[in-house]
Amino acid sequence: MRMDLIQPFIGSLDAVLAEMMQEPAKIVDLTMEEEGYRKKGAAATVVFRGEIEGRVILDMEPQAAAHVACYLSDGESTISETLIPETVAELANMVIGNAVTQLNDAGYQFKVFPPQALTVAQCEKAGHDTEASIVCFETPHGKVHLNIAMQHHAVAAPVK
Amino acid sequence: MKQFEALTRKSDRQPVRYLIVDDSVFARKSLAKMVESYGGQVIGEAGDGCTAITEYARTKPDIVLMDITMPQMEGIEAVDRIVHEHPEARIVIVSSVGYQDNILAALQKGARHFVQKPVKADALYEIIRYVLNDDGVTSPVGAGTETSR
Repeated sequence: MRMDLIQPFIGSLDAVLAEMMQEPAKIVDLTMEEEGYRKKGAAATVVFRGEIEGRVILDMEPQAAAHVACYLSDGESTISETLIPETVAELANMVIGNAVTQLNDAGYQFKVFPPQALTVAQCEKAGHDTEASIVCFETPHGKVHLNIAMQHHAVAAPVK
Repeated sequence: MKQFEALTRKSDRQPVRYLIVDDSVFARKSLAKMVESYGGQVIGEAGDGCTAITEYARTKPDIVLMDITMPQMEGIEAVDRIVHEHPEARIVIVSSVGYQDNILAALQKGARHFVQKPVKADALYEIIRYVLNDDGVTSPVGAGTETSR
């Protein structure tokens, strides 16, 4: 997998986490995976189609997600269970949107679809179709994983 | 949340009325808190472009905050349709996807401005002031007197 396609996602997550956590996050692991993905907490996936095709999964340990939910809801002390998946989806939207912006400005043409909560069944399927790179960030409030699987087509596939 | 000088409509000194369009309930809630800190009033919400069109016609807001990536109908198409029907519509795109082609397309369809997520309250406040132009005035926080822009 091309590193220049992955780097914007890593940089974007790093920047967004630093803002949300109010402390720097650090990369503690980078692995390749070809089998089914086992999610670690609350996860959301974003799919893209076009010159670059694939998907990115953002997977957060519950405590990390709760901290971000608290930040995004302006310090609300009671974070409900239903708010956690919403938080992860919104964070995925920000991280992936910012990365996609960089890639589009670099000349890649593709379309992004809205984030969706990741189910266990989707997780098992996630690693079988294509090789994925998994980056693990450690934050003061728990780990955050970014699972990136994408391919670059020299000629853009039609975007529907 | 930080409180800003209340933005009111110059014509009747009433709060600026907002329609918030985003498929994420969380994002809508977060934006609603932000506009309330500007002294605004949320008069409608929509989770996709189709609903945004009907909600605009129903509520006739002063400002629309519109996401781009949404199910059913995306924000840029919704901007096109709303502005076609209501050329006076003031729509600010609020999206995490901020590449140049997207911004240009939104502005060409009639959006007035663009702000990238994660949204900073100060930045959005200034953009709304700019978009309201002469139709908006501000009042200092907690003060009874109003300061013209």
